[in-house]
Amino acid sequence: MSWLDANLGRIGDLALTHLWLSVLPVVLGLLVAVPVGWWAQRHPRLGGVLLGSGSILYTLPSLPLLTIIPVILGTSILDPLNVVVVLSLYAVALLLRTAADAFAQLPREVVDAADATGHSTWQRALRVELPLAGPVLLAGVRVVSVSTVSLVTVGALIGVSNLGSLFTEGFQRNYTFEIVTGLVAVVLLALLLDGLWVLLGRLLLPWARTERSAA
Amino acid sequence: MIEFRSVSKTFADGTTAVRDFSLVLPSRTTTVFVGSSGCGKTTLLRMVNRLVEPSSGQVLIDDVDVATRNPVELRRSIGYVMQHAGLLPHRRVVDNVAVPLRLAGVGRSEATSRALAALETVGLDPALARRYPRQLSGGQQQRVGVARGLVADPNILLMDEPFGAVDPIVRDDLQQELLRLQRELDKTIVFVTHDIDEAFLLGDQVVILRRGGEVAQVGTPAEILADPADDFVRTFVGLDKARRTLHVEERAGARIVVDGDGRPAGVLGPA
Repeated sequence: MSWLDANLGRIGDLALTHLWLSVLPVVLGLLVAVPVGWWAQRHPRLGGVLLGSGSILYTLPSLPLLTIIPVILGTSILDPLNVVVVLSLYAVALLLRTAADAFAQLPREVVDAADATGHSTWQRALRVELPLAGPVLLAGVRVVSVSTVSLVTVGALIGVSNLGSLFTEGFQRNYTFEIVTGLVAVVLLALLLDGLWVLLGRLLLPWARTERSAA
Repeated sequence: MIEFRSVSKTFADGTTAVRDFSLVLPSRTTTVFVGSSGCGKTTLLRMVNRLVEPSSGQVLIDDVDVATRNPVELRRSIGYVMQHAGLLPHRRVVDNVAVPLRLAGVGRSEATSRALAALETVGLDPALARRYPRQLSGGQQQRVGVARGLVADPNILLMDEPFGAVDPIVRDDLQQELLRLQRELDKTIVFVTHDIDEAFLLGDQVVILRRGGEVAQVGTPAEILADPADDFVRTFVGLDKARRTLHVEERAGARIVVDGDGRPAGVLGPA
């Protein structure tokens, strides 16, 4: 236990780094995937190609990507930015399909009603389609959020500090307790973030939870 | 006044919904398009606010071709009530009604108070205003749809089978409500239905359509009943059925109206 006492502050720092290395890619991925997915669903032919390439992107293994990206960006190999960029690419790849599906499954009569009441294309997209796609987008974000928290640990292999560093150190020193601590911390962080997304969903999408009641 | 000038519509898949349709819909009256599914009645309705563009011909409102008008602006100037209400599930009832006002740039508080007034006009309990659409019954949702169609006080109200999905008692209620509203508000209403009784109840002018948007007969309900154009119209309005062929019989000193099967349909009141 003395190791834990002595390292509590450091674990907290690693967790904070881990947190922003996880949140940033998910947010960036969402910001890119939502408009592109919306566009892809309106232009099926080019959109299909786009969605397909997104899927291919996700099949690229992360470790080689983490070594190639610094060469492309001209960043230092130890720069946390590399991790953010790689994980953002994965987030886009996953969320692009989710976003396109979320917009494609909107009830036809609601979109029609939006047109009939005189929404312009932009008004319809922002005031009707985006909020109605919200629940599906949220479900996608929750999946990506959890997988991103676990993928961040790979960054430790190339020397970007985060909770994964507890794994690499634990292995080097053959100290199981440190590995388990890292594992537990990563799981807790993933659960915490998931809880935050759910909370955000309740705040932004209050209508999605209303039960049908006899009036 | 709405005018269709030799309007045709062929969709991308090759089906012809409307063929060479011409008609004048006088202002401040209700015109009902009635026909079976596939007769092009909804297509005709949707051409008025450019949700559908004609393949040829023109639709004019007060002598202005709608094709020359910005479709978004045009739709904001025309009320639209659709089947299944078409409410936005993520907006509260009052905000749904306020949508046309907000789109037209009316401020939030004024839009809300006008929306509440519109809900009152269609006879909806103000307590429901803060609910979400899915928390309302089908009939209540339909009233909200009518309130949304009326809130911006448009001259023209398009109604696409608005009462088709509610149960008969609620439908009856909504029909009477619409008749009352029309007496008060004097809109130019274009109404689409497949129910001939609804058409005769609501329509000043009734247009019976066959497949392909071909007009079988245009007239007032009385004109159509008195002089059906052909066998199709005769069958469509049910003149071959017992319930439409009424005669009077004296029974117990009263004059009873009896249908073709001998079933009493009502009494003959004083003229």
